Amino acid sequence: MIPLFEREFVKRYKYLSEDEFFDALVICQSLPGVIAVNFAVYIGLKLRGRFGALVSAIGVALPSFLIIMVIATFLFRYIDNEYVAAVFKGVRVSVIALVFTAGFRLFWRHRHLYGVFIALMTFTLVAIAYVHPFYVIVMMGAYGYLTTKIREVVSHDAS
Amino acid sequence: MLLRLFLTFVGIGAIAFGGGYAVLPLFERIIVDQYEWFTRSELLDMLAVSQVTPGPIAINSATFIGFTLFGVLGAFLTTVGVVTVPSILITIVSVYRERFKNSKVVQAIFRGLRPALAGLIFASVYTLSPDVMVDQWSYILFLIFVLLLVKFRLHPILVILLSAFLGLIIYWP
Repeated sequence: MIPLFEREFVKRYKYLSEDEFFDALVICQSLPGVIAVNFAVYIGLKLRGRFGALVSAIGVALPSFLIIMVIATFLFRYIDNEYVAAVFKGVRVSVIALVFTAGFRLFWRHRHLYGVFIALMTFTLVAIAYVHPFYVIVMMGAYGYLTTKIREVVSHDAS
Repeated sequence: MLLRLFLTFVGIGAIAFGGGYAVLPLFERIIVDQYEWFTRSELLDMLAVSQVTPGPIAINSATFIGFTLFGVLGAFLTTVGVVTVPSILITIVSVYRERFKNSKVVQAIFRGLRPALAGLIFASVYTLSPDVMVDQWSYILFLIFVLLLVKFRLHPILVILLSAFLGLIIYWP
């Protein structure tokens, strides 16, 4: 979806410069939420203020909203059908594979000691110790902040 | 009940860093374990449909969950709920754009947060797999799909369509 945004907003309509686009991207990725919606809100806000933000947020979510409602109406009606059940038995495996791949790619990008340690701690806390993901997210954010701060102080003293 | 549904999704939206599949662990813990609105298998089915449907996965699955539970009103509440906090944050942050972008604090927090997201996603794979890996076929398919995704960079939608086809053949009633 991001290349699509770039083509439309930077190249075609010139709402944003290339630099502004990447600034916006960094901000949208650093905040919680769906990146596409965050982006829509950001651009709407920049062009037309709060009303613009509302309109573009509705715009980006509306197609999904309508399509999903149509599909949802049918899915659970036919899920007990033997053939549909067979299809979904296969599909579930591919979803697990997709989720695994997403995790793996993220993991691979942070495969230094520090990243592996955090990923492993998070996994253990959530999957084995059954701690709520919310607390673990807060904990690991705080951990990142503290270790970076400590390192700064230490290297400052050393020099 | 409707209010609880709305507030639940406001909460999920507020901590859904990273987007995409990173929301899965939250859905799993809150919607399956805490409120027992769906089973793990149902959640996976909705996720599959959300992936093949155009639009962001997190929005699609939020709409799906809301609609299945309470119809159009439910879908509206979950979809609006999940974007509420992020939209407010964007509105605030866009004013202090420069300061936020160069903020050492934000960068430091994300040093911890990004690898944690990988751990979270792996945790979901671990807790979801008992409902999915039911026989030796599941393991064979899993390996094939991961290979297709990682090595051959096949598009997720094609992998899901392939899995639907293979599922139908293997588990033909």
